[in-house]
Amino acid sequence: MSKIVALRSGGGAAASNANRPTLATFKGVDKVFANRVTALSGLDLEIRSGEFLSLLGPSGCGKSTVLRLLSGLTSPSRGEILWSCDRPEFGFVFQEPTLMPWSDVFTNVWLPLRLAGVSKEKARARVEEALAKVGLAGFAKAYPRQLSGGMKMRVSIARALVTRPAVLLMDEPFAALDEITRLKLNDDLAELQSLLSATVVFVTHSVFESVYLADRIVVMAARPGRAVAEITVEAPALRREGFRLTTSYADTCRRTSQALHVAMGEAPPSELCQ
Amino acid sequence: MSRDDFIGYAVPALTLGMGLVVWEAVVRFFDIPPYLLPAPSIIISTLFTDWPTLSSSLWVTLSITLKALLAAVVGSVTLAVIFAQSRLVERAFYPFAVAMQVTPIVAIAPLLLIYLTPTVAVLVCAFLVAFFPLLANTTLGLSSADHNLVDLFQMYRATRFQQFMLLRLPSALPYFLAGLRISGGLALIGAIVAEIAAGSAGQGSGLAYRIVESGFRLNIPRMFAALLLISVAGITIHVLLTAFSHWLLHEWHDSERASET
Repeated sequence: MSKIVALRSGGGAAASNANRPTLATFKGVDKVFANRVTALSGLDLEIRSGEFLSLLGPSGCGKSTVLRLLSGLTSPSRGEILWSCDRPEFGFVFQEPTLMPWSDVFTNVWLPLRLAGVSKEKARARVEEALAKVGLAGFAKAYPRQLSGGMKMRVSIARALVTRPAVLLMDEPFAALDEITRLKLNDDLAELQSLLSATVVFVTHSVFESVYLADRIVVMAARPGRAVAEITVEAPALRREGFRLTTSYADTCRRTSQALHVAMGEAPPSELCQ
Repeated sequence: MSRDDFIGYAVPALTLGMGLVVWEAVVRFFDIPPYLLPAPSIIISTLFTDWPTLSSSLWVTLSITLKALLAAVVGSVTLAVIFAQSRLVERAFYPFAVAMQVTPIVAIAPLLLIYLTPTVAVLVCAFLVAFFPLLANTTLGLSSADHNLVDLFQMYRATRFQQFMLLRLPSALPYFLAGLRISGGLALIGAIVAEIAAGSAGQGSGLAYRIVESGFRLNIPRMFAALLLISVAGITIHVLLTAFSHWLLHEWHDSERASET
């Protein structure tokens, strides 16, 4: 039903991404909600182990539903999701930090382990490790409301990392942050991912964010939600601020932006700069 | 204490003081007899001379209020927890709780006095009045957990019990405490209203009974003194429950944010 336009440029990073083993495959997945809204229609999507996959699209294209399906919070109305191994451990980061306001930072990050029955003492090293990874060592005793928006988001990421998940699902995690904080967190996330070698599925509205972070971008269209284009990002292994200045970055942003315009049913913008 | 705090306390205190001075002056200037309108000075001196009687009445009323409040807390939280487990049970019983709430307690009191001893009847009245705000608030609070957090708990395969203890109960706490502050005042009102209704029926000895009795004896200064004690009791309950709420919530809840600078 949906025709996927592959825009591959080949080359170093892209080739290595294509060689990654498949982790999960969506085969003709439909999702219809109880109120008869079709969130997804005939979605085919491959998620590769260890890649940073970005789902980009307008509101209502079912990006978040893909994450809910992956995490098992909901199941497909039609079609299937095939896992190449046992369902892995997930970490989840929402658009809102979604912290428990009555608990301090330590207790919030401890939560996933606590629910698995790990005592506070046994969890201590793991919690401190996760907090150190997001640059919040020393904030264990602070309460969420004492923290800035960016710091709350870091706590949320630490909580997702504390179980050392194989797959990190991020649902527009930085959308509510100011631009400066957002850029900083993008850099930190890029660095974190190179250290973790986890698979990341990252939902966003932002072309620049997805190009800066992702190995592969799947552009989705709305009503009904479906995948319409796939873009492979060619980039150095570790993204740095300098990547934003390269022609490859600008070129990928342009192609992604065009694909997004097509996905939204508009004519691609005329190329004034050329 | 900051300047704003000082003004916050000083201004109402000054208003009160001026009001009392005017009251005292009017009574003295027009020579109004104490059985019509006693001067504040006479009310205060009555408070001291009648303290043995009044203090034992105060104790009776306070103990009924506190017992009723305690029973309302235990009963409403238990019921709210049961409601939270089952929509069906909530549907079955909640309308009756509402019906109980909207029926004026003064109308129920005489009936209760037929079946119960006056002391127990007064206690039940105070309980009924205090019960509903706690039930309504706690029920609402238990179903108000952040849905993203609920998703998160499900993702990490939390058991129902874990979700209840770690998520629903803490989410409900601010709602419960708001209900508690309302019910604290209402328990006192319920006790007073029921005592007045029971006044002629039994050996009541609470503050409301003292007011009724002093009225019959035209001992107006003692009526005022008893009224003053009821007011002070109500204010004290409110202040204590507010402090309790602040103690539990000040570290995290937005409602307490204004109090820090």
